[in-house]
Amino acid sequence: MNWPILSVVTFLPVLGAVFIAVAVHGNAPLARGTARWVALWTTLVTFAISLVMVARFDGASPEFQFVEKHNWLGVAFYHMGVDGISLPFVILTTGLMPICILASWTAIQNRVKEYMIAFLVLETLMVGTFSALDLVLFYLFFEGGLIPMFLIIGVWGGPRRVYASFKFFLYTLLGSVLMLLAIMAMYWQSGTTDIAVLLRHGFPVELQKWAWFAFLASFAVKMPMWPVHTWLPDAHVEAPTAGSVILAAILLKMGGYGFLRFSLPMFPVASHDFAPLIFTLSVVAIVYTSLVALMQEDMKKLIAYSSVAHMGFVTMGIFAATAQGVQGGIFQMISHGIVSGALFLCVGVVYDRMHTREIGFYGGLVNRMPLYAMVFMVFTLANVGLPGTSGFIGEFLSLIGTFKINTSVAFLATLGVILSAAYALWLYRKMIFGTLKPAVAGIKDIGWREGIIFAPLVVFTILLGVVPKPVLDVSAASVTQLLDGYGRAVKAAELERHRGELVAARNAAGTPR
Amino acid sequence: MNDLLHLHSLLPVLPELVLACGALLMLLVGAAAGERSGAAVNAWCIGVLVLAGVAMNWVPGGRLVLFDGSFVIDDFSRFLKLLALIGSAGALILSLDYLKLARQQKFEYGALFLLSTLGMLMLISANDLIALYIGLELMSLSLYVVAAYDRDNTRSTEAGLKYFVLGALSSGMLLYGASLIYGFTGTVSFAGIAKATGGGVGIGLIFGLVFLFVGFCFKISAVPFHMWTPDVYEGAPTPVTAFFAAAPKVAAIAIFVRASVVAFPGITHEWQQIVMFVSIASMALGSFAAIGQRNIKRLMAYSSIGHMGYALVGLAAGTAEGVQGVLVYMAIYVSMTLGAFAVILSMRREGKLVETIGDLAGLSRTHPTMAFLMGMLLFSLAGIPPLAGFFAKFYVFLAAIKAGLYALAIIGVLTSVVGAYYYLAIVKIMYFDKPAPSFQRMPGLVALVLGIAGLINLLFFVYPGPLLGAATAAARSLF
Repeated sequence: MNWPILSVVTFLPVLGAVFIAVAVHGNAPLARGTARWVALWTTLVTFAISLVMVARFDGASPEFQFVEKHNWLGVAFYHMGVDGISLPFVILTTGLMPICILASWTAIQNRVKEYMIAFLVLETLMVGTFSALDLVLFYLFFEGGLIPMFLIIGVWGGPRRVYASFKFFLYTLLGSVLMLLAIMAMYWQSGTTDIAVLLRHGFPVELQKWAWFAFLASFAVKMPMWPVHTWLPDAHVEAPTAGSVILAAILLKMGGYGFLRFSLPMFPVASHDFAPLIFTLSVVAIVYTSLVALMQEDMKKLIAYSSVAHMGFVTMGIFAATAQGVQGGIFQMISHGIVSGALFLCVGVVYDRMHTREIGFYGGLVNRMPLYAMVFMVFTLANVGLPGTSGFIGEFLSLIGTFKINTSVAFLATLGVILSAAYALWLYRKMIFGTLKPAVAGIKDIGWREGIIFAPLVVFTILLGVVPKPVLDVSAASVTQLLDGYGRAVKAAELERHRGELVAARNAAGTPR
Repeated sequence: MNDLLHLHSLLPVLPELVLACGALLMLLVGAAAGERSGAAVNAWCIGVLVLAGVAMNWVPGGRLVLFDGSFVIDDFSRFLKLLALIGSAGALILSLDYLKLARQQKFEYGALFLLSTLGMLMLISANDLIALYIGLELMSLSLYVVAAYDRDNTRSTEAGLKYFVLGALSSGMLLYGASLIYGFTGTVSFAGIAKATGGGVGIGLIFGLVFLFVGFCFKISAVPFHMWTPDVYEGAPTPVTAFFAAAPKVAAIAIFVRASVVAFPGITHEWQQIVMFVSIASMALGSFAAIGQRNIKRLMAYSSIGHMGYALVGLAAGTAEGVQGVLVYMAIYVSMTLGAFAVILSMRREGKLVETIGDLAGLSRTHPTMAFLMGMLLFSLAGIPPLAGFFAKFYVFLAAIKAGLYALAIIGVLTSVVGAYYYLAIVKIMYFDKPAPSFQRMPGLVALVLGIAGLINLLFFVYPGPLLGAATAAARSLF
């Protein structure tokens, strides 16, 4: 059995998209139904195959697995593979896609065929981003995702969708083109764009610094880090529910994944030297955007700002470069992928019924929607980081990891935990508790379709909170290898620096006057 | 026997001979059969272009120098000749339905295309300043005439006149530069000039070089010699605009590259600076000035100015990688341009072509396939992966980075973000806005061109090998 399982997982969705494009015509009810079912089955089969990958994955090995390599551009190769760092993201992507398709089942009635095609193409590009082992190939998937997302926001979005989609596209593109130039510089320096080779390459310190900033430009926008986060609330507010879910759950993770895959192992010296910068930006993001979140009147905006704050924990943990910090960062990203995605779905539930996302419009929903209130509570508490939910593990690990390196940063970041409790619980109280507002008196509780959507998310939120071992085990070997290399490179650079100083001192002392 | 040998020695210029004889034959047929033969003659002219392309197969391999060193056949010229022929044939195919509907099926049209293309091929193979000038003028004179082809239309005649006056000025400058170069080096052949400029040069020759480059920049419409482009693009009949955008650019950039790399390798550093300036100015103007355009032909004019700027990034690198980048860029540029003009030529309501961008509103509802292909072409023009336009930009910037031209590369990618804005604006109009009245059915041949161009751009990344390999070989033949 030597079939290219990773390529199948990556490109199966596109096959589904082509099938829909060819077989479905128009927007009649039958055509809409076909498009939905084909998309659902495609994503489900993709998910199933990706689970086969999990079963066959050797968690003890830090190496890339399911590797495929073919000649492609001359400069670059078609080189795919996953390790313990990327596999969780691949599974997160394939797992959330069927949920997104289901979440759009009735909410999208307009141009369903094109909608499903855009989502399936987007899935291919996202999986490809996480499994590409060639810089150019990575860039191709990474940037290609802009096209379907631009269309998803712009065609099926809210009233200010044009503004939001342009801002999303141009912001991200601006960050990424600089990364492209850095990729080229890396190619000429090392003679390859093969990520597996580059991870062991050891770039000169000068190049590391420039390239590190170029990659930062791209990933900081994607992540997003303060102060380049402003596209995110706009994009979230205008995107359709499933678009928000994908944006929050997966597209944001590309930034963190990029830091882990490129910045830390390929530019270790620069990462070490500039870690204080990242810490500062992370703490500002955690505290400032949490405060901003407190002030929001739009539910989606609130969750969007809370995403920025949570991503602050991720960057902080990653650049602490301790085993706990990095694992915490990865875990936080997976957990945030599930939780924030679920929160956007929760918003979608009430938005589908009332067509407003204004927090003040709702109140006392528990009287009419007890089941919804419970589901929403699980995710709210996970968002806060309550022990027993997945949110806790991620935040806790990244805080521990950072505490070892920089106590004051960890201390300030802990403020964010308190603030997140404030805005999340405040949102929950206003919407769910209190007196039932007459405007929402007729609202219905979640139905079976929504139940199916939420059930796995609730299960995983709690399961990962209680038994985080699976995710941590999968990534452990790769993270250890990453940090070993990082530590060696940083130490070598420091020795080099010391030697330079010694030589300079000796020369100064030995110079005859 | 001797004559036969001579004939055999003409085999390397078989494509040119096919075009020359074909053009004359078409003129004769047209003149003999009268006005009514126009449609048929124009269609046959496509056949002549295809025949010239097929004739490329019989051109012997390797590097051949003919006519006392004034004409050179190498992989570089083969690549670009084929591209120029494709560009011309594509534009001519796009013309047929337009001419029929406009009732302007005159036989001179196709013949002028052929003569212009002949000029391009000669220009691509030119190996001294005289052959260069002959090729350039043959190409340009035919272009001036086709720009004013719609002779009862003031805009078209204005375009032709403007193009002619400014073109004549630029030709004059080019001649002036050529004579300066001849005066300081004592030779017109590129190889001779290269030898004479090998060990440093005086200011006089640099002057000559600058004037020569002015002529080239005019032909590829690079800033600051771009002024004619928007007016001529807008005024000329649309298929003629498609022709301007696709084919002559290929030939002009070919001679730009050949003259720079082959004739002046000793003073690379000097001309690099000029090319860098022109490139930056073109990229910036192309991106910023296009934002305010409402007429899609004017927008394409600014877009092409910008694209020439990107292509010149490769030349500015001055290396084999750079030239390879230019070649890949031009090949992809031709396909993108022909595809985009196929859409522009299908914007027809009640028998009339409409030209504002707003007319594309809601195209994704009224003509989903056309909108999809146009959308992909626009993303490709913007250079978004995985579409072909990304690879075009990738290779030129790759070369620029290797050559250490970091500032040029950074400015280039930043302007490409600005440029992405106006391409996105068209996508927005097609996909996000409410539909305008639908266009008439797309003519079959135009749809064919759009389909081929769209698929090339969409699927280039699947199998990029052949084009990249050919471009590498072609670039190597210059060094």
